[in-house]
Amino acid sequence: MEARRNGNDTDEVLLRVNNLKVYFPINRGTIFPRHVGDIKAVDGVSFEVKRGETLGLVGESGCGKSTTGRAIVLLEKPTAGKVEFQGVEMTSLEGESLRKTRRRIQMIFQDPYASLNPRLRVRDIVGDPLKVHKIASDKTLTNQVRELLNIVGLNPNFVTRYPHEFSGGQRQRIGIARALALRPDFIIFDEPVSALDVSIQAQIINLLENLQAEFRLTYLFIAHDLAVVRHISDRVAVMYLGKLAELTDRERLYKTPLHPYTQALLSAVPIPNPIAERERFKNRVILEGDVPSPDNPPKGCNFCTRCPAKTRVMDKKQIDCSQVEPEFKQAEPGHWVACHLYD
Amino acid sequence: MGPLLEVKNLQTQFVTKEGIVRAVNNISYELNTGETLGIVGESGCGKSVGALSLLRLIPSPPGKIVAGEILFDGIDLLKVHESEIERIRGNRIAMIFQDPMTSLNPMMPIGRQISESLELHLKMTKKAARAKAIELLEMVRIPSAADRIDDYPIQFSGGMRQRVMIAMALSCNPQILIADEPTTALDVTIQAQITDLVNRLREEIGMAVIWITHDLGVVAGLTDRVIVMYAGRIVEEAPVEELYENPRHPYTIGLLGSVPRLDEERPEKLTSIEGMPPDMIDYPSGCPFYARCTFRIDRCLESPPDLREVGPGHKAACIVDVTSSTLPTSGIS
Repeated sequence: MEARRNGNDTDEVLLRVNNLKVYFPINRGTIFPRHVGDIKAVDGVSFEVKRGETLGLVGESGCGKSTTGRAIVLLEKPTAGKVEFQGVEMTSLEGESLRKTRRRIQMIFQDPYASLNPRLRVRDIVGDPLKVHKIASDKTLTNQVRELLNIVGLNPNFVTRYPHEFSGGQRQRIGIARALALRPDFIIFDEPVSALDVSIQAQIINLLENLQAEFRLTYLFIAHDLAVVRHISDRVAVMYLGKLAELTDRERLYKTPLHPYTQALLSAVPIPNPIAERERFKNRVILEGDVPSPDNPPKGCNFCTRCPAKTRVMDKKQIDCSQVEPEFKQAEPGHWVACHLYD
Repeated sequence: MGPLLEVKNLQTQFVTKEGIVRAVNNISYELNTGETLGIVGESGCGKSVGALSLLRLIPSPPGKIVAGEILFDGIDLLKVHESEIERIRGNRIAMIFQDPMTSLNPMMPIGRQISESLELHLKMTKKAARAKAIELLEMVRIPSAADRIDDYPIQFSGGMRQRVMIAMALSCNPQILIADEPTTALDVTIQAQITDLVNRLREEIGMAVIWITHDLGVVAGLTDRVIVMYAGRIVEEAPVEELYENPRHPYTIGLLGSVPRLDEERPEKLTSIEGMPPDMIDYPSGCPFYARCTFRIDRCLESPPDLREVGPGHKAACIVDVTSSTLPTSGIS
């Protein structure tokens, strides 16, 4: 297991996202709708995912982390920017070549109740991708599905059951079996365990780690829970209001976070240790106010309205954060941050 | 002086087409003046139903409190007339919920919603109640409260609505605040704002708090004593430090091992609890945790274990003497 974590077998970049933007237009008026603005859900995000690694993408609700994941598999149309999978630009693909590439990228969603068709049996839910891509014949389908159920820790005899007969954790396993059916290289998880109770959550996290080691999978793991992301990721990106605030390897992000937002976020997480938690409670960085609306993000640094380090930047660097936007760049090798403190 | 609130052998059930759901199965506990009690457990363990039962807020039918006593200030809340419980509810015992919109009227300005209960319970004049409402909104840190008092709930963000609900709950200086997962739907930075706020207000007002949550981190920082629930029963009860340092029920041990932690070295594997909670209709006759327990022995199947004293103020419902360093007896994990 450690071997996987320390070195990817190669440094091959599997996915490269470059300056990705996803805007949702705001229109006013019903008869003559006019375009009055945009919700900038994702506003210039760049990162790479290397083969065999897990990149965690964390942030609070509305920061654009899910939209980023959806744009990678073209469930949302990117407004601008590039998504390259193994060097091939996704948005340039059409028809058969798009289908072929999509087979290799799968996505798993948060709500295990909404992502399975309640009228289909498990055999048809898990087997559907195999039929669509003409990999299984009717004869071999059931056996292939049974094998997939076995891989995700479900009883193979469940093939004839319907989704309502399963618990949340089991449904998530069915979703995972379906995603594995086409033997993908890359899986995007969008909050896969947030709807589950903690004892079940641990089962699924352990399963995901075992599958990754067994099938040499690459993961993009989108979640809001910083402790879960720390457990499963090799590197972690922190997102705030449509932009990346920080990106580095797990140890550095959690031990020496550089961005004031990452610092506040980590300090806000309550930990299950009463003595330590009371200490943390006293020293907690409480961010004032709420996240601004993505249809009218603040000028300059998008975090400046809540940033506790703003005056420090002014004193030290003579930079007005509410005017000048910081660049997302390396403060040290392999540690990207968007903050004027490190200019 | 005795405890402020005493719950004795409470049982709440729901009648469904499939059968009777034993949501709360004979629970007893006490709450002392000024104390913060945490009730933790996973979905369906009965923690919310138990709390709603305290104020007789269980929809009936299908729900029914079938047995038990809830003693508050010498009276049994389960026996008094509905008009009496209305005088206590929202006045001496207040409650806040996960979704603020369950307690806010979307069609009424927030200030009016707060001042209404002040006029009703504390017999304030309209003018005095309005002034007090502004003061309460300031207390929960709503910026420019005087300007926002006539705004509607929809004009507030999730965290702000939660604050408005807290202001409303605290308006009559309750002796007990029941907080049912009030921060679960909120982002972690907003959760920090709210827990910090409740903690500070609790010290100022001196009220007792029952904090119900599934989050073992939130409980650790906020409470004095913790009750762990599983399948409608209390499986462990201890002072907060003791519970985390020395858990004595296999379920608590498993739960603490399942949580990925920020404060410790990352373990190679999380210790998950295999299997699922039992069916609450076809309720097991022995220990409800038997099927998932790594310490189980045959005798566990005989009857559901009672809580027994395992240390000072520390009770666990397990017939096996386990600690976090006990080795499992069965190989199911």
